[in-house]
Amino acid sequence: MNNILAATIALGSIGLVLGILLAVASKVLAIETDERLEKISEILPGANCGACGFAGCNAFASAVINGDVSPSGCPVGGEQLINQISEILGVAVDTRKKVVAHVNCSGGDAILRRFQYVGVESCYAAARVGGGPTECTFACLGFGDCIKACGFGAIRIERGHAVVDREKCTGCGLCAGACPRKIIEIIPEESVYSVSCSSRDRGNITRTVCDYGCIGCLLCVKKCAHEAIIVKDNLARIDYSLCVGCGDCVSVCPRGIIRVAKEV
Amino acid sequence: MTFTDILRLSLTAVLIENFIFIKFLGICPFLGVSKKVNTAAGMGMAVVFVMGVASACCYAVNEFILVRFGLEYMRTLAFILVIAALVQLVEMFLQKSVPALYQALGIYLPLITTNCAVLGVAILNVENNLNFIGSVIYGVMAGVGFMLAITMFASVRERLEFSDYPKCFDGFPIALITAALLSMAFMGFQGLHVW
Repeated sequence: MNNILAATIALGSIGLVLGILLAVASKVLAIETDERLEKISEILPGANCGACGFAGCNAFASAVINGDVSPSGCPVGGEQLINQISEILGVAVDTRKKVVAHVNCSGGDAILRRFQYVGVESCYAAARVGGGPTECTFACLGFGDCIKACGFGAIRIERGHAVVDREKCTGCGLCAGACPRKIIEIIPEESVYSVSCSSRDRGNITRTVCDYGCIGCLLCVKKCAHEAIIVKDNLARIDYSLCVGCGDCVSVCPRGIIRVAKEV
Repeated sequence: MTFTDILRLSLTAVLIENFIFIKFLGICPFLGVSKKVNTAAGMGMAVVFVMGVASACCYAVNEFILVRFGLEYMRTLAFILVIAALVQLVEMFLQKSVPALYQALGIYLPLITTNCAVLGVAILNVENNLNFIGSVIYGVMAGVGFMLAITMFASVRERLEFSDYPKCFDGFPIALITAALLSMAFMGFQGLHVW
């Protein structure tokens, strides 16, 4: 009995002393953490996608507080997030235009095939077999490497080519990096029209392999009153800083590939 | 305690009775935190620190409470209690006063709280009848031995990334084989008598 009592008392008092010590220490040694850090971490998307260039959302939050990066550094959160962060930090709102990804190919199933590819279901792998199964070496392969890269479920395959859902797209650009053919472009969300082709082949080659390829006919360039379209390497490109979204180019394109980007 | 004693104790703790390779204590962090040399060295530093402090405190608890009241059989329980509280206290103290060191040790400090190597060093101190200075030296040197083992193992594992071994050994199997080979190599220190 005495033994039990002694053991209980001895260990109990050790525990008590240590407990009190810890309680006092936690008060005395309390650290004042920056409460803004917690607030900002809370409103960040929390996907830890790394599109901002930091290791995660928390790292971004502390960088924002230290002033290493502007509140608009998070490409995912959009304008609302920028406003909220700026409010917490008490700095002037620095707005940046929202961007979205766009797949510059509308060929898909319509492109002629060189051979039937039956290998690993990956664009990266397919693109490395004899230059890829599509006759057009700039075409979307449709195996969905971009879908795997997308953390927001914003990409789907339609008629053999990838399509971006602009509602869900955050413009983080992970898909553009994952595409082995580099045909995903990050464009301003407000841009209405886009040339959905990436083929730099000569017009006659493009014409034979794909019904939806840009042949570099220059009709859109001539039609555009704002000099917003240029043709380089047999491929028309819209300069979004000049484009006003009038839609004149849409009607003249003989291939029908300048389209309302939102509908593509 | 003479200089020779200290040297002998250190040599024993670091090489002859290396905590990981010979005594097989602290295997969990040894396997878990050894993917990169940097983090392994950080873990090693934290272990050296905690083992040294824990040895000192556990010596005091053993000498002035357990032995005095005849409670030696409660040793494990009392030591765990002391070590857990101690690590907490040290963590708070470091965060407040030496933020740089706290940053460097990072998450490894709390990880060590209930590490068997730390408890092991405290119990071995008592079993070997070491005095206060001896306990602290043995504790620190056992930590150094841990650091040596884990950084060595981590550098081997880093090289493994680029080596061509059968794919079925990927991950832990090849790590365990490596650990076994290293452990066997350390067997060579058995029977090392310098003095």
